Amino acid sequence: MSVPAGYYLILAAALFSIGAVGVLIRRSVIVMFMCVELMLNSVNLTLVTFARIQANLDGQVLAFFVIVVAAAEVVVGLALVVNLFRLRASTDADGVGALRA
Amino acid sequence: MSALAQQLPAGVEIPEIPWAAISPELTLFGAGILVLLLDTAGPRRRTSSVIALAILLGIAALAAIPGGAAPEIVALLVGAGVLQLALTLWLHTRPRLLGAVLTVVALVATIGIAAWQYQAAANGGMVGTESLLADMVAVDGVALFTRFVVAGAGILTVLLGFAYLQDRRIHRGEYYPLLLFTATGMTLLASAADLLMVFLAVEILSLALYVMTGLARRDMASQEGAFKYLLLGAFSSAFLLYGIALVYGATGTTHIATAGVALSDPGTPAGLVFAGIALMLVGFAFKVALVPFHMWTPDVYQGAPTPVTAFMAAATKVAAFAAFLRVFTGGMEQLAWIWVPAVSVLAAITMLVGAALAVVQDDLKRMLGYSAVAHAGYAAIGLVAVSEIGTGATLFYLLAYAIMSLGAFGILTILERRQRKAIAVADLRGLWQSAPSLAVMFALFLLSLAGIPGTVGFIAKFGIVRAAVDAGLVWLAVVLVISSVIAAYFYIRVIVAMFMDDEPAHLADAPVPPASAASTAVSVAAVGVIALGVLPPAVIDLAERAATFAG
Repeated sequence: MSVPAGYYLILAAALFSIGAVGVLIRRSVIVMFMCVELMLNSVNLTLVTFARIQANLDGQVLAFFVIVVAAAEVVVGLALVVNLFRLRASTDADGVGALRA
Repeated sequence: MSALAQQLPAGVEIPEIPWAAISPELTLFGAGILVLLLDTAGPRRRTSSVIALAILLGIAALAAIPGGAAPEIVALLVGAGVLQLALTLWLHTRPRLLGAVLTVVALVATIGIAAWQYQAAANGGMVGTESLLADMVAVDGVALFTRFVVAGAGILTVLLGFAYLQDRRIHRGEYYPLLLFTATGMTLLASAADLLMVFLAVEILSLALYVMTGLARRDMASQEGAFKYLLLGAFSSAFLLYGIALVYGATGTTHIATAGVALSDPGTPAGLVFAGIALMLVGFAFKVALVPFHMWTPDVYQGAPTPVTAFMAAATKVAAFAAFLRVFTGGMEQLAWIWVPAVSVLAAITMLVGAALAVVQDDLKRMLGYSAVAHAGYAAIGLVAVSEIGTGATLFYLLAYAIMSLGAFGILTILERRQRKAIAVADLRGLWQSAPSLAVMFALFLLSLAGIPGTVGFIAKFGIVRAAVDAGLVWLAVVLVISSVIAAYFYIRVIVAMFMDDEPAHLADAPVPPASAASTAVSVAAVGVIALGVLPPAVIDLAERAATFAG
């Protein structure tokens, strides 16, 4: 049984949308962070699917780079979250209000 | 290399590494690693580790001689070894000063190498306008121009930041390596010829900038600014990346020029083309802060330590616009009918909203943050002109904006040391009486940002208007003028406060601290504003000649 490539692309688009909406509506910074990761991973799925369709490896190589960059982003992000938590004892993004216009 | 190539099966090509072409990035990155190592080594091991490094460089120089390397490279290696040895022995008890000096040396070296590359390219030498490193990077006019601006901005930032960071007790060792790494990312971004390289360079520069924004660990505003920057930066990177993935899916390649040609082929699925371009556009609009994707800019500019803000405003904007230009104006010229209307509307909204929101701000850093949004809108006009004149105008505008914003944020750096708090417009009252030279220079930068004739800001805006009219986008030029009129109000409000009002009593006995390095940097920027405003033809010519993309 083979699954049509379009299904993978639709799944990836759905995951990307869920991630984007999550960043915009969730208030916990950790969950917002996870949503960004979801977006990046849906891009990976898209890239790998297109690499199969196009029958070259560029997309898979790009996916590896994305994985590495996402890991680096998590390192910096969690360091900032931990420091923010130390200053405020909360991970609620709504409380981040010192910079409101 | 040749021995290795023989062992590999046929069909695998090892790209030739163009050492000369990517030497600015190598210099910046190497210097970043060196400063990081020296800082973590501690005072006693610092000397021994630097001696080991100098010996290594010497061995490399010896190995390069039979390798057939040019004598200049050997001399450079030896010179670099001797220089860092001497500097470290001289400054080994003052690690921050050592880091600052090494950073400035690396940035000056980058300018030197870029000047040599420019010379070589002009003479048709080895560094031409071609794609290198398996078509990953292109050393062309845009790349060289950005290297100059980024390295120059970095030097002024180091000068501005030294005393300021010391005063706020956030003068950490990692500051200088991060500055060098982010500069590496910026120069790479400006020379990226492949969408993969665009993504990687954006991340290199952003990751270092997130940490630099959050350098003040005990300061809530700095932490929140850093976190917002990280979250929205990653969010926008995801959009950029999804756009790249769709373009790859439509064309089967990530090379900018090849993908651009393939995208305009009528056989390519239109849905993928539209979606890919739209998503990449959103990603770039976030990075250069076009409304409605600008919401991170004021927060980040206000929260970051002021020298970091200055560097962000000056250098990040140039690098992000260089990549924007390269991907859209350079790569997708035939698809201009899709993206030019969209970017034009974004630019118009950006100019008006940025200027209007800046009017109601009281905090000066935040006001300049919104003004940076408006200026991104002006620079974007040169982009939608899709012409060599337009590209040259945008490049010159970015150079002008870099000088003006470094100067303006530099003045704030000096004043913040005096008051030890964020500067509001009311705090500037009567500055003319207590610090006339600072007041005059600040007025000069603000007038230049407003675009008053006689300053570089006017010449830059003039170039943008010329490009817009040339491309038949008169309505954008009109919006630019309206936005400039709105913007003039809040710049002049600050000038009035400095020159017309009396000094408040609590500031009368707070002397402006002596800061020779920062004042030097600000004075250099002031000289630049006047010099380029009075005799700009040479640099405009340079910017227009830089408006070439490698194919």
